[in-house]
Amino acid sequence: MANAPTVPTDSLGHPITVAASDDVLVVEAHDGSRWELVCGLEVHAELHTVTKMFSGAPNQFGDEPNTNVDPVTLGLPGTLPVVNERAVELAATFGLAIGATVQRSVFSRKNYFYPDMPKNFQISQYDQPIVVDGALELPSGHVVGIERAHLEEDTGKSTHVGGAGRIKGAEYSLVDYNRAGVPLLEIVSRPHVRSAEQARQYVAELRSILVACGVSDGKMEEGSMRVDANISVRPEGSDELRTRCEIKNVNSLRSLVRAIEFEAKRQADLHASGEKVVQETRHWDEADGRTHTMRSKEEADDYRYFPEPDLVPVELPSSRLDELRAALPLLPSQRRHRLAAVVGEPITSEPVVVAVERGQDDQALAAIAAGGDPARVLLHVVQNLAVDGGAELPAERLAEVVRMEVGGELTATQAKQVLAELVADPSRSAAEVAAAKGFEAMDTGALEAIVDQVIAANPDEWASFCTGDDKARKKLSGFFTGQIMKASKGQADGKLVAQLLAQKSSS
Amino acid sequence: MSERISRDDVAHVARLARLSLDEAELDTFTAQLGAILDHAADVEALDLADVAPTSHPFDLVNVLRADAAGPTLAPAEALAAAPSAEDDRFRVPTILGEAP
Amino acid sequence: MSAAEIAAAVRAGERSAVEVAEEHLARIAEREGAVHAFNEVTAEAARRAAAEIDRRVAAGDDVGPLAGVPVAIKDNLCTKGVATTCSSRILEGWVPPYDATVVQRLAAAGAVAVGKTNLDEFAMGSSTENSAFGATRNPVDLDRVPGGSSGGSAAAVAAGFAPLALGSDTGGSIRQPAAFCGVVGVKPTYGLVSRYGLIAFASSLDQVGPFARTVADAALLLEVTAGHDPADATSIPQAAPSIAAHLDDGVSGLRVGVVRELMGEGIDPAIAARVREAAEALAAAGASVEEVSVPAVTYGLSAYYLIAPAEASSNLARFDGVRYGLRVDAPTTNEMMVATRTAGFGAEVKRRIMLGTYALSAGYYDAFYGKAQKVRTLICRDFAAAYERVDVLLSPTTPTTAFEVGAIADPLTMYLNDICTIPTNLAGDAAMSVPFGTDATGLPVGVQVLAPALGEVAMFRAAAVLEAAAPSTAEEDA
Repeated sequence: MANAPTVPTDSLGHPITVAASDDVLVVEAHDGSRWELVCGLEVHAELHTVTKMFSGAPNQFGDEPNTNVDPVTLGLPGTLPVVNERAVELAATFGLAIGATVQRSVFSRKNYFYPDMPKNFQISQYDQPIVVDGALELPSGHVVGIERAHLEEDTGKSTHVGGAGRIKGAEYSLVDYNRAGVPLLEIVSRPHVRSAEQARQYVAELRSILVACGVSDGKMEEGSMRVDANISVRPEGSDELRTRCEIKNVNSLRSLVRAIEFEAKRQADLHASGEKVVQETRHWDEADGRTHTMRSKEEADDYRYFPEPDLVPVELPSSRLDELRAALPLLPSQRRHRLAAVVGEPITSEPVVVAVERGQDDQALAAIAAGGDPARVLLHVVQNLAVDGGAELPAERLAEVVRMEVGGELTATQAKQVLAELVADPSRSAAEVAAAKGFEAMDTGALEAIVDQVIAANPDEWASFCTGDDKARKKLSGFFTGQIMKASKGQADGKLVAQLLAQKSSS
Repeated sequence: MSERISRDDVAHVARLARLSLDEAELDTFTAQLGAILDHAADVEALDLADVAPTSHPFDLVNVLRADAAGPTLAPAEALAAAPSAEDDRFRVPTILGEAP
Repeated sequence: MSAAEIAAAVRAGERSAVEVAEEHLARIAEREGAVHAFNEVTAEAARRAAAEIDRRVAAGDDVGPLAGVPVAIKDNLCTKGVATTCSSRILEGWVPPYDATVVQRLAAAGAVAVGKTNLDEFAMGSSTENSAFGATRNPVDLDRVPGGSSGGSAAAVAAGFAPLALGSDTGGSIRQPAAFCGVVGVKPTYGLVSRYGLIAFASSLDQVGPFARTVADAALLLEVTAGHDPADATSIPQAAPSIAAHLDDGVSGLRVGVVRELMGEGIDPAIAARVREAAEALAAAGASVEEVSVPAVTYGLSAYYLIAPAEASSNLARFDGVRYGLRVDAPTTNEMMVATRTAGFGAEVKRRIMLGTYALSAGYYDAFYGKAQKVRTLICRDFAAAYERVDVLLSPTTPTTAFEVGAIADPLTMYLNDICTIPTNLAGDAAMSVPFGTDATGLPVGVQVLAPALGEVAMFRAAAVLEAAAPSTAEEDA
């Protein structure tokens, strides 16, 4: 579904009129003019290292305040940074996974004052980032370009006391530097994201890659993955690029979708009124569903970037890049392609996407290799093995059930029930479970007898069924099938029932 | 008197650097900074389009450290010099505005 | 006694380290009031350390090449448990929880730290008059400055408070005070000595280096402190070079170049004369001497006063009253930072922070900082070209001898003190100042020997010859 479950509203509380085509989000401004979304996403991912980016202090979430700090973390006078090799390799791994160029890179200082930044500059990468020019294929098939990814250090965290924990109205703040210096990979997409759903898919896909490659654990709820959206709109069908705003404080995929839709509408309304969209950073407020200006300083920050004089350039040798590339796991898009090819479906088909998303594509492929019909295997994996323990069901068991189903020994309903029991206890065979539940294949004669019984018990309905129009027949077909299912205790094969009904009503 | 840097420039730069100057200081610093930048005009006049910048006097690359834990400070040590602390954290007055 | 002699005597059990320490502490007690070389004299700690050295010598331990030698440490080097202030109000009373690498190496070598020496605030200055805790006086003439920024360390050695001292040199801050005070001062090749624990001024230019009364002692201290440090990513991945062993190699066959651009206008004629005499002394000892041109050095001052303040403006941003040091309270964090920095920094520091911020700011980066980094390339090239023809270069260390306290009020005039020393920092090469005679009024003159990166051995060889040939001065040490 392209839109969020709740109806998004604009700053006046009016529902946002949103018409989402398959690919592009179009919003209607207050005057009826139509504006399409142009969006780029910046994702900050904390890297899965033992220690921090520039020192040996532990990279660990959730510890007591200021227990994971050393002199370098605190930026004590005289201290110096030294680059964490693993962080560099994880960044390179990510770059290779998205087909990007991993290049010689240089660290730079980004200078600004803020109490959660011990040195009042952040060591980052500016004009020579480690990764450039990659791309990500979404489950929808849409490809989003990734302009760059670079390494930088995270900041500490402040808690605001008084003022209900928010920064506005707080009496004072307390700063914990445990997070300061944690390695971050900042991943910047090109403005190829054209709908809120694409944005959601992009972030989910990125996360899958980061997790699969061991680069980050991607937990938005713990803050180890953070998303900012750069949003602008343009007249529908044009190719202009208008002023954009950066939206921060989006803490979940759902917030991302809501924030994008709100902001697109806000900007469309401004343009429609002939007003300017101010280029600025805005803060998404989850509680009131709006973005707010963050402009509390008189002037924009001038970061005064210059090359970090305490560090030297990093350039991984191509032999090492080859090793990292060879060690890459299968990525989600590769898995989709692989599964789709085997089952003969497009890569965008929902069962393919879902199976890969849930990490059950290997299970499906194994069951298919064990002889299970591809389409039925995939369907069961997606529909019936989404439960706890479902992914652990041995492939041979799944293959067995599907063989019995395709061979007519089990109906679809029965297959589902057998699978449920096998998930709970896979030591039994599918045949054993089926037998124990009395799921023998119903004899066609026995089934026909039941059909005749039900017809006899409902003569008026049968007469209407035989003579009625399509609408009536459809409705009564459901009635008779239901009755037959009841009488057969669910063992009737739905297809066969329909066949028999059709046969008997026309004779 | 040099025109090289204006009083407004100096005021702007002081704000960026989190320094507060009174009117007299603003005048003095404007004059002094102007004189220094005047002197540096000889550099400005050079045509160095084909010259690469030097950030480091020598060509080291790939100075990296293994991802292994090193010694940390206990909170008490980390906060020992803190002008104000509470609950093992550094206490600061109201922060206006989110980080950039 | 020289440091080398003290160490030998202490190791051999001929002198006690405690006795050496007391001798120097007595000298400090006697003259420190007039000289003010120190921000803090760590007498008790020195006595304890010396006692420990004696105990270990008695136990047969190898206590190191600086056994029992008193050393003064510039107060911008972090010393665990001992206040480190950079002579600034903003760090007044700050006690680091860690030692600088060079401080650790000193202790491991058996040295006895006697105190933290005064400097121009955050190493920004050429006279030590910019200290927030009062100026240091030149022991040779108390009405004059000792030079800066490492004026305290130079004065401590010149006054006999310690045979050795550590300073830092970003644009001449070791060499210039060494010349003014009549002692030896060395700026090593960039990256040769660890900067971990040196409170940064300009990261790509700063180096820690030795002060001593003799070339041999300076070599000893340099060897102890030099060599790769994994905590400093800009440190050269090599072990400390062996220098002392080559001091008597002489200069036969060594090619020496006198830098034309640093011998002309702006240089006190007496100083230029001493440099020419120094060149003659080297020639007499078997070196070949010629005049060489290093044209780009004339741009050194301009490039330096764009690069150094730029890096400094960023390095000093951390001083904001949040985590350590001075805090001036205010209702908001931003106001607190402004009030703290305004109250905590002196005028020269503020001047350089603003200059540096400007040089990096939007719209100006290319014209200022970016261009200055290119000039740096020109300077490197010109030095490299010169070193194709010669092994070492010779020049004055300073354009004048020590000036009177309070004589120079204009910042730009003060900066001109560094025209001979700055180019080496920009190039990352090595240079040292060797006392060589005096001017007409008896003030010390220093001659600068310059060498290419990692050319310390040749540099020290030339310096040793100059030391031996130097005209005797009235202040000859006992």
